[in-house]
Amino acid sequence: MSGVRVLVGTKKGGFMLTSDDKRKQWEVSEPYFGGWEVYHMKASPADPNRLYASQSGGWFGQLIQRSDDGGKTWEPVNNEFAYVGDPGTHQYYDGTQRPWEFKRIWHLEASPHDPDTVYAGAEDAALFRSQDGGQSWQELPGLREVKGHLWQPGAGGMCLHTIKIDPNNPNRIVVAISAAGAFRTDDGGETWKAINKGLHSNFELPDPDADVGHCVHSVAMHPSRPDTLYMQKHWDVMRSDNAGDSWYEVSGNLPTDFGFPIAVHAHEPETIYVVPIKSDTEHFPPDGKLRVYRSRTGGNDWEALTEGLPQSDCYVNVLRDAMAVDSLDPCGLYFGTTGGEVYATADAGDTWQTIAATLPKVLSVEVQVLP
Amino acid sequence: MIQVRLPAHLRNLAHTGSVVELDVKEPVTQRSVLDALEEQYPVLRGLIRDHATKKRRPFVRFFACEEDLSHESPDAPLPQAVVEGKEPYLVVGAMAGG
Repeated sequence: MSGVRVLVGTKKGGFMLTSDDKRKQWEVSEPYFGGWEVYHMKASPADPNRLYASQSGGWFGQLIQRSDDGGKTWEPVNNEFAYVGDPGTHQYYDGTQRPWEFKRIWHLEASPHDPDTVYAGAEDAALFRSQDGGQSWQELPGLREVKGHLWQPGAGGMCLHTIKIDPNNPNRIVVAISAAGAFRTDDGGETWKAINKGLHSNFELPDPDADVGHCVHSVAMHPSRPDTLYMQKHWDVMRSDNAGDSWYEVSGNLPTDFGFPIAVHAHEPETIYVVPIKSDTEHFPPDGKLRVYRSRTGGNDWEALTEGLPQSDCYVNVLRDAMAVDSLDPCGLYFGTTGGEVYATADAGDTWQTIAATLPKVLSVEVQVLP
Repeated sequence: MIQVRLPAHLRNLAHTGSVVELDVKEPVTQRSVLDALEEQYPVLRGLIRDHATKKRRPFVRFFACEEDLSHESPDAPLPQAVVEGKEPYLVVGAMAGG
């Protein structure tokens, strides 16, 4: 009988929620790294017992933790993230240039094929790679050469928050940065190009169609169709059918197209999920109703999923890395809120249950299905 | 032996008690004490001082003998009471956060 682990990063520690494959009864672990911000926890697809966690805090900075036994024990690995060469400057909120400075790791993405290869998305934005299980990290500096001086921090910081590795071609990686946009390498990270054609940022950029500077919140990819990408931008839900070479809007009938996470169903590459948020200034669901919206047509036609979710007086947010899908059938979906709740569905979104209600502010949610 | 008192988070990471004892050659300075601390507990590298610049992280403070030494030169000699092990050198998380 397989089991499910939900890895939850929060403002005050990491948690593991576990269940069997029915996904009805859940247990919540003691906190990992209590008192620290755990931006992200991620399991290796190649070794389910290999977990990585990004642990950081205002006092003592960044640690990367690794577990080789499914989270029973953890070992700090290397925490030195050195930019290659002089990283120069980037645009700041006030329009001035600021020196690049490492702050934290937002996202860890383990290779689909090798448990020792893991990518780390940094603030200030850069992509690092370890090929020795986190014992050392090397930056892939070609990314910053794509007009890095024009990138600027979003409200949460200038963070590289999304890393999507093409499962059929590990040399192709898509990343996204706030507020710089989406970028792709086709040569394993040596060279990169901006993939933001079709994005329009009418109220955020002086040139709404600029090459870089767009505030991309998250990107989703289905493993069976890696050239199809879905994006939740600051405003607008977007889609690409050519690995990001061009995008078109699929917001359709959403009540608002602002939001943070986006996810794609494990077995239906045209079924996608977003959590609409009222606006860029009011980061909570419209009308106090927490609704996941599902499209079974790859966008444009959306239906609200509400059963089991609070439909009054709900004013939480769902952050960009706080939604994940499992690989079971029917597909499970999980998301966490800034109010410390984690919700799950075991029927692709038709009904939801609360699987944790009183955690600290949820920063990220990942899920793994155990063999 | 130099006594260094660590805050709870660093204690947990280094698997130590609240005070660690270090053998530091003279001249005993903040830099030489922190070098010895990081040598003995490599997990603390980068958490008190920046990896590359060795500058104090902004929300870390260094106290000794009821004085705040955070803004002193890292190469200035530490008070004799610290050198003699009569008073601890304190690594402190600044009052901040939520």
